Amino acid sequence: MFYTQLYSQEKHLSLLNKSTNGTLYLTATHLIFVESSSNNSTSILHHHIASVEKLSLTTTGCPLVIQCRNFRVVHFVVQRERDCHDIYSSLLRLLRPVSYEELYAFSYNPKQNDQQREEGWQLIDLGAEFERMGVPCDQWQLTDVNRDYKVCETYPRDLYVPITASKPIIVGSSKFRSKGRFPVLTYFYQEKKAAVCRCSQPLSGFSARCLEDESLLQAISKANHNSRFVYVMDTRPKLNALANRAAGKGYENEDNYSNIRFQFVGIENIHVMRTSLQKLLEVIGTRSLNMSDYLVGLESSGWLRHIKAVVDAAIFLTKAVTVEGASVLVHCSDGWDRTAQVCSLGALLMDPYYRTMKGFMVLIEKDWISFGHKFADRCDQLDGDPKEVSPIFTQFLECVWQLTEQFPQAFEFSEWFLLQIHEHVHSCQYGNFLGNNQRQREELQLRERTHSLWAFLMSEKQNYLNPFYSPAYSEVHPVLAPSTLPYNFKSVFWRNMYHQFDRSMHPRQSILKAILTLRDNSRNAESTLQALETLQLQLPPATSRLPHSGGTHKPQRSAAAGGGRGGGG
Amino acid sequence: MEFSEHIKTANVEDVVLRQPLHPPSRGTLCITGHHLLFSDREEGSSRQLLLLLRNIDAVEKRISGSSGTITIKCKDMRVLHLDIPGMEQCLNIAHSIETLSCLDGVAAMYPFFYRPSDLSLQNQWGLSSTEKYYSQMKELHNRWRLSSVNRDYSVCPSYPPAVIIPQNTDDDMLKKVAKFRQGGRFPALCYYHRKNGMVILRSSQPLTGANRKRCREDEHLLQAVIDGSDKGYIIDTRSSQQAQQARMTGGGFESKSSYSHWKRLHRQMERGKALQESLIKLVEACGDESHNMDRWLSKLENSKWLSHVQTALSTAGLLAECVERDGHSVLVHGSEGTDSTLLISTLAQLIMDPCCRTLEGFLALLEREWVQAGHPFQQRCAHFAYSHARLQQESPVFLLMLDCVWQLWRQFPLALGFSEALLLRLATEAYASDYGTFLCNSHQERCALGVTENTHCLFQALLRPTERDYYSNPLYEPTELAIWPSVHPQSLQLWRGFFLRWTQQARQLEEAQEEIRNMVIEWGKMALS
Repeated sequence: MFYTQLYSQEKHLSLLNKSTNGTLYLTATHLIFVESSSNNSTSILHHHIASVEKLSLTTTGCPLVIQCRNFRVVHFVVQRERDCHDIYSSLLRLLRPVSYEELYAFSYNPKQNDQQREEGWQLIDLGAEFERMGVPCDQWQLTDVNRDYKVCETYPRDLYVPITASKPIIVGSSKFRSKGRFPVLTYFYQEKKAAVCRCSQPLSGFSARCLEDESLLQAISKANHNSRFVYVMDTRPKLNALANRAAGKGYENEDNYSNIRFQFVGIENIHVMRTSLQKLLEVIGTRSLNMSDYLVGLESSGWLRHIKAVVDAAIFLTKAVTVEGASVLVHCSDGWDRTAQVCSLGALLMDPYYRTMKGFMVLIEKDWISFGHKFADRCDQLDGDPKEVSPIFTQFLECVWQLTEQFPQAFEFSEWFLLQIHEHVHSCQYGNFLGNNQRQREELQLRERTHSLWAFLMSEKQNYLNPFYSPAYSEVHPVLAPSTLPYNFKSVFWRNMYHQFDRSMHPRQSILKAILTLRDNSRNAESTLQALETLQLQLPPATSRLPHSGGTHKPQRSAAAGGGRGGGG
Repeated sequence: MEFSEHIKTANVEDVVLRQPLHPPSRGTLCITGHHLLFSDREEGSSRQLLLLLRNIDAVEKRISGSSGTITIKCKDMRVLHLDIPGMEQCLNIAHSIETLSCLDGVAAMYPFFYRPSDLSLQNQWGLSSTEKYYSQMKELHNRWRLSSVNRDYSVCPSYPPAVIIPQNTDDDMLKKVAKFRQGGRFPALCYYHRKNGMVILRSSQPLTGANRKRCREDEHLLQAVIDGSDKGYIIDTRSSQQAQQARMTGGGFESKSSYSHWKRLHRQMERGKALQESLIKLVEACGDESHNMDRWLSKLENSKWLSHVQTALSTAGLLAECVERDGHSVLVHGSEGTDSTLLISTLAQLIMDPCCRTLEGFLALLEREWVQAGHPFQQRCAHFAYSHARLQQESPVFLLMLDCVWQLWRQFPLALGFSEALLLRLATEAYASDYGTFLCNSHQERCALGVTENTHCLFQALLRPTERDYYSNPLYEPTELAIWPSVHPQSLQLWRGFFLRWTQQARQLEEAQEEIRNMVIEWGKMALS
């Protein structure tokens, strides 16, 4: 590519709070810094760079500050101002790709053949997932109404609706819903035959009605014999929903829908969330921050208040479904941000399967990717509208992390799994998160031209296991009931997410790593013991005692290895 | 027994006990001289609650009609409610608890009556002493000596009988130095850093007063400490302004002109009443069950407790840095030298010295630095955060130290040989105990009451084979390196295990941790087999 330039002057880098000298290289995909003393290198994928800032010239050189989407902040000091300017302007061009074809996923080649790649994409099968939930069944069926993305272009092709919902009802309802996102099934709680459905806001304005929409909700209600009504959860604050009425949108009027119980939940919109995280990052980026300013800053950013609101909503959903046995319809405005958060987090609380590694991939594939969370816009994959960018998915991952902290035995994966997913949502290295919806992904032929993250994560499964995971725990506690009392939000703050690259702030020793090593040693010892016992059977008793050999065996593996770095390639 | 005069009603039937993490239960309540005993009389269960009256920080009573409710707030943060039939009985019980929970005489306290079958009063008392420390540190001997100038506590009432001081300082000089330091707490060695031969000393403030009095012997003693080195550091746990102000009340600091080879570093640490108030606010915040995130964060901030944790750890880090990295000896003091001084010298030793990080090593450290060095436990731990009594000398310095150790433990989960359970146990025992270890304010007072002869030693009890495992860290991997804590606010946390210990969530986590612990121990055994 024409803007690929190679720089090889001595550069000054301050990383990990320490300064090192080295050489900075700029390639088509990465910014690479090689330390001159140790030959250690650090590479930063261009897609990870959120912003580049050139500060004013100092005596040591020209400082360049790079902020990354994985919350890494790197300071370079380039000796000559002209070089600095060159790097700066190259980066500016590099980090604003204008077409999908420029993204790393299309050039990334992990040396796999087509068959392997194909298999990677087949790892997650949503049809099989609905079957696992027990759908289709006598009350729910697969509809082909969206086969060609005609009814709703941001929904997937395969959708599940109540048996009694005819095509005209569906089509009628879709015309009454923002972006045509009519109510469809996303999770089925088999034990109580209760459904979690999702949609966007109704175009009700101040008084509009839609009989088809009313019948569709009626059908959802009828499909569940356990409850006489269906909850409608509007995840927005009431004020926002009211304001939407003036624009011809709004919320369901309980008088028009015979069988609903309407509830506002009060999660703020993408703009509030974006500002909130920005404030949080400003606070924690302050040098020599004192405790009071930190806590005041945390409070005023509101970030934890928002996290709590999302978890609270998921708890409400879970209780309605698992305790009351009622079906729930969840929506917000367009039904792809807050709705995705609440539905997926709720399912995670209800169903132990989603707390396994594979299950979590399925959950993201279903509630986020297939139902059209706008990853391209929210994660700023292409040079687009900054107002569309928002850390909704990051926030979801943090909610999950809070749950893993409260229930250390309930999840098969460790936080490094979450961090790695976060890393790659922004890396654009794999095809999974590219684009805004399934239709767009098919047009881009991602399955043919890129690789799947899920296959890669599965191949590295060992790195992301939670050693404390106990399937038995999940049998006893299939439904998790987290506490959201403010003081139960552990550690206040997810250090490994927002300070992953700031080594000075982390525990100097990792329990996780130590325990994984210990467990491996014990497993090795166990197999050695078994081998010895087998041997014992074959040998005469007198020679059967062999010297101990298990304890000294040390496997070379680090728990954090997979999580620490992004990029690669 | 003289307790009986305070007990008008000893037994009440049909009392309902409500306590955290348990369903309410009905049974018999019984008050004795030292305990509150509740036995569940329900079919099929025989739960008992035995609560040391000393553990009770506040009693609140509410009478409605012919019955009443007593709310008991404990020093271990438990809150219990007792529904008692009969107004008179209720008032009697409340009165007994109120009186008996804060009787003054130390000799009447429970440790003098506690006689468990598996401990004998003939057992060795304590783990460490100045003498023992001196005899272990052979490297000390050519420049330092053990002095028994304080054998009758006349030179310094709050010091133990034996102290370690520079070789060329004689006892007469020491007596003069003692007169120049508040409470007679002259500079004495508390830590020897084997790696480079540097030491930590502690003392109280010099009594320079408004007219800048000097004391040649004090100057001489300190000069002898740094003989052969270019300088030493003095870490004053007050701001320089506070140190200046102290001169008005007869205190002061080591001036540059009189102590030319000593460099003073001021770090303002909160102490006394302010610290107690901080604890009260934090405990209040932790009892707030409302679902308001902003209010919680603002209360947490407002309590300033975590700020105190941050300051203590960073001052201890500074001290360790002076000794280990900068290679110089340090004298630590604030004003009295019995609180924040001990706090940071303890933490600095944990940071630098691997010997302090084992279970025994840590307990021995606490014994030397807190019990023997004269931290006034009785005054500081008289009340916890609930009491309605007027604040006197209470201050949770020891608790703050345990919190800081917990933060270290979280940052270096493999480097410390003890478990969080130990820190929790110590936090409870300091306020109310079956053992004599934390009784009284000084070695002298304990000696006068015969504490070592008539009570059992907590530290010895914790090391019994039956207890030991529970207080050990199964992941312990000794390291010779210093463990430098991060003091960024993002790296510090509320000590949930202590401050939220009676919440449902904390209990669930505790259970999970217990299971994980067993798992780890199992793997450990397997790997060693």
